[in-house]
Amino acid sequence: MTTVIKAPGESAAERSGGTGPGGQRSGGRSEGMVLNVFSHGFLVVWAVMIVLPLIWLALGSFKTDAQIGGSALSWPANWNFDAFGRAWDKGIGDYFANTLIVMVFSVPLTMLFGSMAAYVLARYPFPGNRFIYYFFVSGAMFPVFLALVPLFFMVKRFDMLNTYQGLILVYVAYSMPFTVFFMHSFFRTLPTAVHEAAVIDGASDTRIFFQVMVPMAKPGLISVGIFNVLGQWNQYILPSVLMQPQTGSDPERYLLTQGLIQLQQQQGYETDLPVLFAGVTIAMIPMLVVYLSFQRQIQAGLTSATLK
Amino acid sequence: MSQVVQGRGRAGFIVGFLLAPLALYLTFVIWPYVQTFGYSFTNWSGQSPTFDFVGMDNYSALLKDEVFRGALWNNLLLLVFVPVVTILLALFFAFMVNAGGRGGAGGVQGVAGSRLYKVVYFFPQVLSLAILAVLFGAVYRTDEGGLLNGVLIRLGIVDRLHPIEWLNEPRLVLWCLLLVVVWHGVGFYLVLFSAAMQSIPKDIYEAALLDGAGRAQTFFRVTLPLLWDSVQTSAVYLGIAAMDMFVLVSTMTSGQFGGGPDHHSEVMATVLMRNFLYFGKSGYACAMGVVMLVLTMILSVITLRATRRERIEF
Repeated sequence: MTTVIKAPGESAAERSGGTGPGGQRSGGRSEGMVLNVFSHGFLVVWAVMIVLPLIWLALGSFKTDAQIGGSALSWPANWNFDAFGRAWDKGIGDYFANTLIVMVFSVPLTMLFGSMAAYVLARYPFPGNRFIYYFFVSGAMFPVFLALVPLFFMVKRFDMLNTYQGLILVYVAYSMPFTVFFMHSFFRTLPTAVHEAAVIDGASDTRIFFQVMVPMAKPGLISVGIFNVLGQWNQYILPSVLMQPQTGSDPERYLLTQGLIQLQQQQGYETDLPVLFAGVTIAMIPMLVVYLSFQRQIQAGLTSATLK
Repeated sequence: MSQVVQGRGRAGFIVGFLLAPLALYLTFVIWPYVQTFGYSFTNWSGQSPTFDFVGMDNYSALLKDEVFRGALWNNLLLLVFVPVVTILLALFFAFMVNAGGRGGAGGVQGVAGSRLYKVVYFFPQVLSLAILAVLFGAVYRTDEGGLLNGVLIRLGIVDRLHPIEWLNEPRLVLWCLLLVVVWHGVGFYLVLFSAAMQSIPKDIYEAALLDGAGRAQTFFRVTLPLLWDSVQTSAVYLGIAAMDMFVLVSTMTSGQFGGGPDHHSEVMATVLMRNFLYFGKSGYACAMGVVMLVLTMILSVITLRATRRERIEF
């Protein structure tokens, strides 16, 4: 029984290769059959619950305001991209660019600083090590908005309100707790033998980190990286406080989340629901594309995580 | 842990690696939190630079604040239901996806299309809370134009003239919000648990199978103990998310910074922000913040202690 257990997604050819010797266990097989139908049932229901509202919302971009207000199950009458054009005119494109600019810097910086701190704390015993570790990790327990007003004045003191660099530094700082926590536990599970071999070979600590430990920690880095991309992408409270134009001449640098909420709040006085739905669709589609292409890397990263 | 060989320059290396992360963290995270703590003993309005020290007044006022107590209760409800529902569903789906398939050779394998399920389930996680607020605002519309009401009316379950007022219904609003959080989170924790399940060495499963363990036994005796670290982490993070809830409540429910109808969806975060930015009672809001902080810390420590197990390395 060499090929009994399979990772999901293996090819059918490989799967049929493993059925030989286990044929005697017919009892286990019928149990498996029932479970198979059962599990597929639940899995399909939840999948529909995820996909249906999203498609329904995207279809809403092609409906008229009256149709949206009528029945939820109406089918779009006008298949044109007017609503998308109007949403773009309202600044969705700029909001998107602003979000990208911030995250291109904030995510790599988060990963670098986070894994540096986590590595030192996980692998080097020194006085105060545990204190600093808990100091970092405890930050994850504080909701962000608790610090908002003092944070606002802190960023103001550095003259970095409504600037990309200000928001980038704040994002990095608020991503530290989870990054340090996760990478700390990851670095601790890495085998020590490789590290010791590198030390004996005379490699410096810095070199061991960048050339030995970071490559070995790649699966962990990918996981935390994804987590941070999502977390910072999700962020709404921080930009809504820190990215407001300070003077009349200060250009607007809204992020996507801010822009969408603003669009939603405008619905109160100028009802144009197709525009709102189109804005959300515009915000969703690139993420869907990036996500679907990134998904393979996630899977590859996670399957190669068999660190033995 | 390795016994790292001691050498020259180690202290310099440690300091060098910790300096920048710590400096950023202290400046933008810790120091503002400390200031929040200080302001909680003042009557600071947030606008004026002057304020007086009022001792514990804010805290004693907090104890009598009906709205805050209601919000605290709602947070506690969410604190129980968000992690429990999300983790149970995620574990269930993760096990189904990874081991719910037809046991071809008496072995354990994933269902057909497991990869597709993971892709679909995880997708809500890449959507920002702002998108969720708009999406579920539309789903929960109080007329036939809302997806839920539209479907229920078409199925004949709900009367066209009396659609369900999801987010305006005092008894329903909190559970509607819970559903959004669970909808959003299950996929992420499914992938997290799946990754952990796949990193479990196959020979452990083979050994369990050879010893005649069934699926349920395999799950409870092999998979779950080896996943415990991930479950523990998930519980803490979901708990923290349940204590927050600010974005969803403030954008989806009625009232200034949400919380409606009549405070039935109120959470501590929305009460805090309303006092901060709307009533101009910053000192009072800071006191709420400190209470939340202390509660969150206590709950995290309890979770970590109560679920502590021996680390299993493999």
